[in-house]
Amino acid sequence: MALEIRPLEQFKIDRLIPIHIGGVDVSYTNAAFLMTIAVLLITALLVFGTRKRALVPGRWQSIAEMSYEFVADMVETNVGHGGQEFFPFVFTLFMFILFANFLGLVPYSYTVTSQIIVTFALAAVVFIGVTIIGIVRHGFHFLRLFVPQGVPAALLLLLVPIELLSYCIRPFTLAIRLFANMLAGHTMLAIFGGFAASLGLLGIFPMGIDILIVALEVLVAALQAYVFAILTCLYLSDAINLH
Amino acid sequence: MPQLDVSTFAPQLVWLAITFIVLYVLMSKLGLPRVSGIIEARRKRLDDDLARAAETKAEAEAVLAAYQKAMAEARAQAQAAIKERTEQFAAEAADRQRRLAEALAEQTRAAEREIGAAKDRAFAEIRDVAVDVARSITEKLTGSPADEGKLGPAVDRALTERAG
Repeated sequence: MALEIRPLEQFKIDRLIPIHIGGVDVSYTNAAFLMTIAVLLITALLVFGTRKRALVPGRWQSIAEMSYEFVADMVETNVGHGGQEFFPFVFTLFMFILFANFLGLVPYSYTVTSQIIVTFALAAVVFIGVTIIGIVRHGFHFLRLFVPQGVPAALLLLLVPIELLSYCIRPFTLAIRLFANMLAGHTMLAIFGGFAASLGLLGIFPMGIDILIVALEVLVAALQAYVFAILTCLYLSDAINLH
Repeated sequence: MPQLDVSTFAPQLVWLAITFIVLYVLMSKLGLPRVSGIIEARRKRLDDDLARAAETKAEAEAVLAAYQKAMAEARAQAQAAIKERTEQFAAEAADRQRRLAEALAEQTRAAEREIGAAKDRAFAEIRDVAVDVARSITEKLTGSPADEGKLGPAVDRALTERAG
């Protein structure tokens, strides 16, 4: 019996609890379930992991403190001191994406961040938020962001549209980078997994490749969460400090 | 591709918003203040401990300095005492030596005087003996008694010649 390989089936949304309110579908899906688990795990790490409030931290408290200091350093380094008030948001964003990515690597779970609508929503929040912060902080001067300094006026005709364009595609690049990384990794895992299942004894080779891909995906999961968070910091820095 | 199924967008967005906002509230109100409190408490504790350690070190250094000063003073005092005693002993020794030398010189002189006296006495006795011998020899050789008046000066002359 030949197994059919359907690598995209893993991304299917299942409505675990169908809910409809006022004609809007708000069903509790497998994706929503994984989001809930991520929230619970992050909260557990930060609250129960630190319940001893030890002077010399234990394993879980160390992880909680390291993640705190990692993001705090990132905000401090990239945004500067004015970024402190956005630290909770960046931390939430980083931990949410990190846990969503890692949880997606657990077999039979679901990868929330492989949904373009999810990554785009996160990116859009960042983009709109940053733009509003820039306008509130600097008003009309925020437009200086699109005018590179020390450039001849003739070149500005060319550079300003480029700067404007690069600013406007930020939410798309931010969303697609994370989405594409997750999609590609998990699709590859499924394809080689399908090979392994259908090749019998020879399936050991695609199986080995799958093991290597899992290792790579662990790296990608952490790296993409970091990239998303650090780009958010850089965009915030643009809006707050106007380079 | 299930990701492009528009009918799934609404539930995903709704639950993303719910979970993300819940997480944000939990983090900003509960999780992050907790962790930052722990880190701050530790930093404060360490700073306090370091300050205390610096204080204790300063105290220890002061005590050490006082000890070293006391030691130096005691050593100087001891050196002075030793020097004083040494000088005293040296003076006493010199004094004693000088007195001994004087006593010895005195004894030497007394002995020399005694020797001189004994020598004089011995010479006088030798002269009497020589006179007696000369008289008896002269009597034996000449068969007549010797002239006492000539005998004494002749013996004296001979003794002076020998002694010279």
